[in-house]
Amino acid sequence: MRSDGTRSAPWALKATAIGGLLFLHVPLLIIFVYAFTTEEKSYQFPPPGYTLKWFSVVWERQDIWNAIWLSVKVASIATVIALVLGTCAAAAVSRARFFGRDYISLLFILPIALPGIITGISLRSAFSVMDIPFSTWTIVLGHATFCIVVVYNNALARFRRTSGSMIEASMDLGADGFQTFRHVVLPQIGSALLAGGMLAFALSFDEVIVTTFTAGQQATLPIWMLNELIRPRQRPVTNVVAIFVIAVTFIPILAAYYLTRDGEHTGGAGK
Amino acid sequence: MSVTAAGTAAVDFGGGLLRRISDALFRKPMWFLALLLAPPLLWLGIVYLGSLFALLLHSFYSIDEFSGFIVYEFTLATYAELFRLSNMDVIIRSVVMAIAVTIACAAMAFPISYYAARYAKGKWKALFYLMIMLPLWSSYLVKVYAWKLILAKEGIISWMAEQTHLTWLLDLILSIPVIGGPSLSISYIGTFLVFCYVWLPFMILPTQAALERVPGNLIEASADLGAEPRQTFSTVIFPLALPGLIAGSIFTFSLTLGDYIIPQIVGTSTYFLGQAVYTLQGTAGNIPLAAAFTVVPIIIMLIYLSIAKRTGAFDAL
Repeated sequence: MRSDGTRSAPWALKATAIGGLLFLHVPLLIIFVYAFTTEEKSYQFPPPGYTLKWFSVVWERQDIWNAIWLSVKVASIATVIALVLGTCAAAAVSRARFFGRDYISLLFILPIALPGIITGISLRSAFSVMDIPFSTWTIVLGHATFCIVVVYNNALARFRRTSGSMIEASMDLGADGFQTFRHVVLPQIGSALLAGGMLAFALSFDEVIVTTFTAGQQATLPIWMLNELIRPRQRPVTNVVAIFVIAVTFIPILAAYYLTRDGEHTGGAGK
Repeated sequence: MSVTAAGTAAVDFGGGLLRRISDALFRKPMWFLALLLAPPLLWLGIVYLGSLFALLLHSFYSIDEFSGFIVYEFTLATYAELFRLSNMDVIIRSVVMAIAVTIACAAMAFPISYYAARYAKGKWKALFYLMIMLPLWSSYLVKVYAWKLILAKEGIISWMAEQTHLTWLLDLILSIPVIGGPSLSISYIGTFLVFCYVWLPFMILPTQAALERVPGNLIEASADLGAEPRQTFSTVIFPLALPGLIAGSIFTFSLTLGDYIIPQIVGTSTYFLGQAVYTLQGTAGNIPLAAAFTVVPIIIMLIYLSIAKRTGAFDAL
C-alpha cells in the first residue's frame, strides 16, 4: 500500500545513524589536532599554540624506531603463520561435513570469543611452566593464535562463494591436486587471502592485551604507547606516534576492503 | 586453456611423486581433510588449549600465605577465595559494566545498521561500510587515548560545556553518586563511554549483516497482510535481526569482561576483572587466584556462547 514511501528514511533514523558515525569518527580526528599542540604537560583544549616540532622529535627517538621494528617483525611472521593455518582450516571446514565440525569451528573462533586477557595469561603461565624465556617468538606465538581467526573468516567466506564444480572441472581436464590449487583455487581465493593477511597484520601490529603478557621486557609499538599513557613523558610525542599508527593500520584496512569488494563478483558462484 | 596446458605439461615431465601424492589424496578425501585440519588444530590445540589447560590447572593450586610460593597440591581453597566480598565486588562490577555496555551498544548500533542495510544505496552504502570498518580496525590504544584527551578535566568536553554555559550540567552529572567522580576521566561514566565507543563497531557489523539478509518480499508480504510498519518491524524485521545483535553482543560482552586497559586509563581506582587478573599474576604473583579469576569469564562466556549458538547467532558472525 505504502511501499512508495519506504525508500526515504525517516529523519529521526537518518539523524541517529549520522550521529552514530560522527561518534565513531570525531574522537580520532581530535588526535590530529593534539599532535601539533605546543602544550606539553596537559591535554588543554583548545591548544594554546601549534608547532611541527614533535614530528622531528619523534624522528630522532631511537626507542620509537626500535618499537616500530619489533612490531613490524612480529606482525609479518604472525601473518605468514596465520595465512597458512587459517587457509587450511577454512578449506577443511568449507569442503566437508564431518564429525565434530561445529566444535572445530568453535575452537577456531575461541581465541577472539574469549577475552584476550585469558589468551595472554594462559600463554604466560605455559611459558613459565615450561621455562621458555621471553623473546620475539613468544610474542609471535600469541599473535598468530588470534590472527588465524581473521584469515579463517575471510577465507571461509570466499570458499563458500566459490563453487566446487570448478575444482572438479580442473581435475576432469587432467590437472592434479597441486595444479588445481595453483591455477584454479588460488586465483579464486587469492584476494580474500591478501585481505585476510592485511587485516591480520593490522591486528597484530596493534595488539596490546596479549602482548603485555608475552613480551617480557620487550616493547612493541603498542606497548611503548601504553607505557606513555600510564606514565606520560612528552605527551605530544605520543600523539604523533598515534597518528603514525592510524596511518599504518588504515592503509591495509582500505586495501583489504577494496580487495574483498571486487571479489564479490568473481569466483564462478553462479555456474 | 592455461589450466589444461599446465596439466599436460606436468604429465609429460614427471607423473612422479607429486602426482601420486595428489591422486592418493583425491582418492581418500578423509586423509586430505585430516591433512588440512592437522596443522591449525595442532597449533590451536597445543598453543591455545594447552596453555589454557595449564592455566586451569593452576587454579586448583593455592599460594602459601607466608612464603608467597605456589603450593602444588589440589585444593578448592582458591576458588573459595573468589567468594570473598572484595573479590565478588570485582566480578559483579565487571558483569554489570559488560551488560550495560552491551545494551548501550545494541541501542546505538541498531539505527546505524538499519539505515545502512535498508536505506543506504550504492556509493553511500560503500561509504557507510567503510566508515564502520575503519574505526573497528584502527588502533585500540589510539582510540582509548583519544578519549583520555576528550574526557580530561582540561579537555574538550569541559571546554564545550564552558562555551555553551552548560558547566552546571556537567557538574550535576559528575555529582551523581557511584557513577560520577571528580572528572569524566576518573569516573564510571568515562569508562562506560570508552567501552561503548571502542566496541560499537563489533555490534554494528553483524547486526547490519543480519538486516541485509531480511528478504524484501517478506516485508512486503507483511504489509500486504495488513501489518502496520510498526508491526512489521516488531514481528518480522526485529526477530530476524536478533541473531545479528546476539552475535555482536558476544563481542561487546566478552571484550568488556576481559579488558584491563580501558579501566586503567579512564576510570576510578576500583578494579575490574581484567585488572584484578593482571595485578594478581604480575605484582602480587598470586597465579592460582589469577587463574581462578579467569575461570569466571570463561564460564560466563561458555554459557553465553551456548545460548547464542541456539539462537543461530553463529551463522550471523
